[in-house]
Amino acid sequence: MSTTTSTPLLDVRGVTMRFGGLTAVSNVDLTVGQGEIIGLIGPNGAGKTTFFNCLTGLYVPTEGTVTYRGNVLPPKPHLVTQAGIARTFQNIRLFANMTVLENVLVGRHSRTREGLFSALVRGPGYRRAEADSRAKAMELLEFVGLAAKAEHLARNLPYGEQRKLEIARALASEPGLLLLDEPTAGMNPQETRAAEELVFAIRDRGIAILVIEHDMKFIFNLCDRTAVLVQGQKIVEGDRETVQNDERVITAYLGTPLEQPTETTE
Amino acid sequence: MTVNLIRRREDLATALRALEGTVPAPLARLLTLLGSVLTIASCFLSWTWTDRFPGDLTVAGYPGGLQVLTLTAGLLLLLQTLSAYQLRGLGWLAPAGQTRALRLLALGALAVTWYTLGAISGELGGLANLEPGGFVAGIAVLPALYGTLALPGDRREATPAQARPLWQELLVIAAIAAAGLYVFTYGIETEYGELFVGFLLVIGFSAGAYAQAGLLARASALFARRRPWASAAAFLAAAAFPLTQSSEQYANLGVNILIFATVALGLNIVVGLTGLLDLGYVAFLGVGAYTAALISGSVFSPFRGAHVPFLLAALIGAAVSVVFGVLIGAPTLRLRGDYLAIVTIGFGEIFHIAVNNLDGKSGPKITNGPDGIAQIPDVSIFGFNLGSAHQLGSITIGRFANYFFLMLIVTLVVVTVFSRAGNSRIGRAWIALREDETAAEAMGINGFRTKLVAFALGASLAGLAGTVSAHVTYNVVPTPYVFAGSTAPNSAFLLAAVVLGGMGTVSGPLLGASLLYLIPEKLTFLQHYQLLAFGVALIVLMRFRPEGIVANRRRQAEFHQSDIPAQAAGSEDSVSLSQAGA
Ligand SMILES: Nc1ncnc2c1ncn2[C@@H]1O[C@H](COP(=O)(O)OP(=O)(O)OP(=O)(O)O)[C@@H](O)[C@H]1O
Ligand SMILES: [Mg+2]
Repeated sequence: MSTTTSTPLLDVRGVTMRFGGLTAVSNVDLTVGQGEIIGLIGPNGAGKTTFFNCLTGLYVPTEGTVTYRGNVLPPKPHLVTQAGIARTFQNIRLFANMTVLENVLVGRHSRTREGLFSALVRGPGYRRAEADSRAKAMELLEFVGLAAKAEHLARNLPYGEQRKLEIARALASEPGLLLLDEPTAGMNPQETRAAEELVFAIRDRGIAILVIEHDMKFIFNLCDRTAVLVQGQKIVEGDRETVQNDERVITAYLGTPLEQPTETTE
Repeated sequence: MTVNLIRRREDLATALRALEGTVPAPLARLLTLLGSVLTIASCFLSWTWTDRFPGDLTVAGYPGGLQVLTLTAGLLLLLQTLSAYQLRGLGWLAPAGQTRALRLLALGALAVTWYTLGAISGELGGLANLEPGGFVAGIAVLPALYGTLALPGDRREATPAQARPLWQELLVIAAIAAAGLYVFTYGIETEYGELFVGFLLVIGFSAGAYAQAGLLARASALFARRRPWASAAAFLAAAAFPLTQSSEQYANLGVNILIFATVALGLNIVVGLTGLLDLGYVAFLGVGAYTAALISGSVFSPFRGAHVPFLLAALIGAAVSVVFGVLIGAPTLRLRGDYLAIVTIGFGEIFHIAVNNLDGKSGPKITNGPDGIAQIPDVSIFGFNLGSAHQLGSITIGRFANYFFLMLIVTLVVVTVFSRAGNSRIGRAWIALREDETAAEAMGINGFRTKLVAFALGASLAGLAGTVSAHVTYNVVPTPYVFAGSTAPNSAFLLAAVVLGGMGTVSGPLLGASLLYLIPEKLTFLQHYQLLAFGVALIVLMRFRPEGIVANRRRQAEFHQSDIPAQAAGSEDSVSLSQAGA
């Protein structure tokens, strides 16, 4: 796919996250270029979700910087979203008691400006912005195939559709990079296939994707490059062959630790 | 816990169903019919021998007091039964099934009748004080109830409403608004506690019955479809209230209810929409009231030279409340969890103590301590003095009626602010923060700033209401502005009005506030047990209807996990003012 020679979209340098004595993420570098789909795999507890949280400002990394389009990101979730990185959550976090459409409209928060005052006055500018938001939200629901359920409560959607809605909500913030945390967890093979199609369709909209998955087939079908995280450290990164043939990846997945975990002493 | 509650509800439903089918349906229906007719007839008999029981139930041939309520319950039951007989023209009474509605109506008739008989025997000393008519009534309701319980349960789906021409729908809206006004006026005018209890019983059970019959859903769908018309009708009905009053006594009650209700609606932004627990909210009402008192030309104010026109004073009152809101909110809203509840409860107490002590002895002389600031002049807007009575044709509009109109305009402003803000980009952000703060921030919402806006807006609305309340009562004293007390407004009552009424809705807090204001006002015989009774009522309500009296479609789904798709956005706001007047 596209090359990462020029300035990458996302440039992560030396990110480390410690929780007390536990180093969940240790000195990880990663770049994502324009239009790329990058996979992030690793055994349970490897620190993948923690890494995402460091990127999106949910956690303030102990060390390291995250640069997006050449700007160092401040560790504040809403500013990260504002800058152009959107995410989904491993354990779905929808606004359960809002409708499907409202969920997506909330996703547009960072791309709209109307404050309390204009909401009270409801001038033409406000109405135009609101109508525009609704149109864009409906278009996204159309895109993920949930348009017919726009007025349903998010909590009443079946599991697979909740995942789709989370993606639509994330896309509503018009991101340049989308982080997906286990988008196919709990899905059957057909749904997983559909999710693959969806990820490609998102990439075709010019959005780069960084995806965490346990389903290897899914990862290798989709990703231009895959990074492997084991005990907080990135041990390999590369294409399918590189990753699949790597000794350390095999041992990691078989469950025997490669070496003593590098934990800082307290 | 929610699951547990749901299971309990089902247990209750099964218990009620035990009698189902014990007699054939036609017989059951006949029993209901006979029971209701007999109940109605009994209201024309004498129930007791002495007029010492309020309302005079001794006259045969002319129902009085609580008999009228039994009569009403009996008539509603009869009407519904006739509709169950598929009498022409009554089919509209049950779009979603008859049986549950019939059961609730029969239960209501039983409740009000037995309550009356119990009150008579209790107050006069024994059953011996009942005349035969009383026994007839007490027994007549039994076959009616048995009949409804034996009827087969509802099976059919709610039939969808047909679209009707505009004029017909407007007629229905007008009728609903008029009925709401009538019910509200009746409730406010009840002269003794027993009558008010009877009133609550009849209203409660019939409202439940019509909800079960699907009529309320129809009405709110209609109101949503004809939103502007419905709002206008509701506003007109509310505005007609003081015109129905010949004395000032109940108009005064009406003003106080409106003040309390608008403050509850302001709190609903903070608690219901944004999910921030504010336990000291009444202090913002106090800030507004004291600000207005200080700058409106009272001779007891240290700034007695300043007599700011009311409209400006109202703005200043709201602005000062906002300042206090931001001062409290800014340090606490950054934190997650229960810090806000603790800080607000502290602020409420500090406010109360501070105004008690700024009396020239323990501190600078500003508020005169417990004596308060008295002799606040009446409001005068563009030369129109609200303090004096005015003549509108043959109707006299007294002082409280004037203030009622002023408060009605304030209510309109608050309702508009609530529904416009709630249904906008910022309102969605509030709800998102309430639902899941982490996800909301990941969607680009600045949690702190957004919550601060909600907090400040809530404070400003309370402050605005406070400026009016200072003028209505002529004086402001520290006593109402406490965390908990036995009369409205206090922070606990405000919170209860929101939770009881229905969080996140417009009509819920208005309704809840009306009830919470009227109950302590009317049921003076409860006296010291008021808070206890109030607690029991809260527990009962939370047990059977945790989403509050008026359910927000969101909360409804939360507690009852129905799979019904939500109605078109905004429909929960639609009942709005009609119930403000109801
Ligand atoms: N807030 C926290 N405080 C302390 N420890 C944490 C915290 N968040 C994560 N951890 C720890 O960091 C390690 C990495 O967890 P993380 O959730 O990132 O793993 P993961 O790779 O996403 O695993 P999975 O595949 O199961 O989702 C775990 O040992 C976890 O217990
Ligand atoms: Mg994870």
